[in-house]
Amino acid sequence: MNRRQCEGIQKKCGEIFIEVKVVAGKEKRAYVSMKGTKEGLTLHLDDTCAYDELLKQVDELLMTTTRDEEGPLVAVHVHVGNRYLTREQEERLRDVIRMKKNLIVHSIVSNVMTKQEALEWKKKNEIVSVAKIVRSGQVLHIDGDLLLIGDVNPGGTVIATGNIFVLGALRGIAHAGYDGNRQAIIAASVMKPTQLRISDVMNRAPDYRTDEGNEMECAYIDEHDQIVVDRLQLLMHLRPHLTRLEGSF
Amino acid sequence: MGEAIVITSGKGGVGKTTTTANLGTALALLGKRVCLVDTDIGLRNLDVIMGLENRIIYDLVDVIEGRCTVQKALVKDKRFEDRLYLLPAAQTSDKSAVTPEQMKQLIDDLRQDYDYILIDCPAGIEQGYKNAVAGADEAIVVTTPDISAVRDADRIIGLLEKEEHMRRPRLIINRIRSHMLKNHDMLDIDEIVMHLSIDLLGIIVDDEHVIKASNNGEPIVLDPNSKASIAYRNIARRLLGESVPLMSLDDEEQKGFFSKIRKLFSAR
Repeated sequence: MNRRQCEGIQKKCGEIFIEVKVVAGKEKRAYVSMKGTKEGLTLHLDDTCAYDELLKQVDELLMTTTRDEEGPLVAVHVHVGNRYLTREQEERLRDVIRMKKNLIVHSIVSNVMTKQEALEWKKKNEIVSVAKIVRSGQVLHIDGDLLLIGDVNPGGTVIATGNIFVLGALRGIAHAGYDGNRQAIIAASVMKPTQLRISDVMNRAPDYRTDEGNEMECAYIDEHDQIVVDRLQLLMHLRPHLTRLEGSF
Repeated sequence: MGEAIVITSGKGGVGKTTTTANLGTALALLGKRVCLVDTDIGLRNLDVIMGLENRIIYDLVDVIEGRCTVQKALVKDKRFEDRLYLLPAAQTSDKSAVTPEQMKQLIDDLRQDYDYILIDCPAGIEQGYKNAVAGADEAIVVTTPDISAVRDADRIIGLLEKEEHMRRPRLIINRIRSHMLKNHDMLDIDEIVMHLSIDLLGIIVDDEHVIKASNNGEPIVLDPNSKASIAYRNIARRLLGESVPLMSLDDEEQKGFFSKIRKLFSAR
């Protein structure tokens, strides 16, 4: 959105904030408030009223505030508060906004999620610790980060959607970022894998046997889309997001 | 109540049957009542190595299918009066003739009469393996210092760890050639034990006498002078709970050990 457009909206919306009261017969509470920001329009929707009523108000508000003339597209951010939207409800809201000229829905944000979504989210962000030896023929598949307290023997496989940390020796196959996370890393106390995979990139051990140090190493995808193995200590620069500590020490 | 121990390896040809025969014989020599059970149905060998082939009348499948009692099918080893028996496998059926439940029942029956029941497991991880493991309390995994045998042992240990009725498996490393170990042409014993991370029950050197003895139908344990024989006797004693140190692989190494100690003292 260009500057002129942005100013236009701001003018139209009052300073930054306008509250529109829709009067139909008797006085009604306003369920929708609108803000113009640099990123576009933000709609705050009430979360205690009936949904149909809410949609009607959104429709009316947008009707009165948008012009029909051609212009650049305006992104709309919708905050629905503590209301859970089903897919169908969300689609109806999108339709109402989309019908107006120049408006596109950029995001719909809710404070609530279903338990199922929450569990999935938790799983994906959790470090799962496993005290086992993954032996030949065994496959250990984990959602989230894997902390393996033990070895991965040749012929064994560990797979995680997040990072993989092996406290023992990694001699088998490790696949981090299984569902496409290219930022994922693999770290091992003894790094002697038969194969390393991160997301969709693969790397295998050299065909000759080396006796040089393979201790305390990590593997990641570098800027050339190749898996490289390097000292563990480099990770703090390469993948700062691995630090989940809030604040400093 | 007797203890049932399955001897398994995953890979074929590493010496499961020889180990079963010799451990059984060694335990009988130590005064225990032992029953050997061959579960390699269709490819039986244990009777040949024990030199009891010509005495077989009934076999394991006959017992399972109720054609005779267990007592009738058991073949007694005359060398040990009343202490060593063999339940031979059938040669004409295949491994699907028996189910794990039937095997478990059979082993539980045998427990009443014997101190040790050694089960010789067929190679592989299919039906035959499942049958052999079903009734056992403990497993001995046999491997050789080859990378492929160690790989298969690892696989088998993984499967054994899933069996909740069994104790942790223990390891025997068979066919060790000391001169190859010295030149680092063979996998190191420590390396194998660390890799598989289970307790080591014993090591057995590669000994030509074993083959000769097996061909004569006399387990090598009966020859008190051979190195392999001493190794098997040591393992039997460890099974009984004695702590016996690992055998040194050759005299030179012993010298090396002593010189190490000497060095240690002189360093003080």
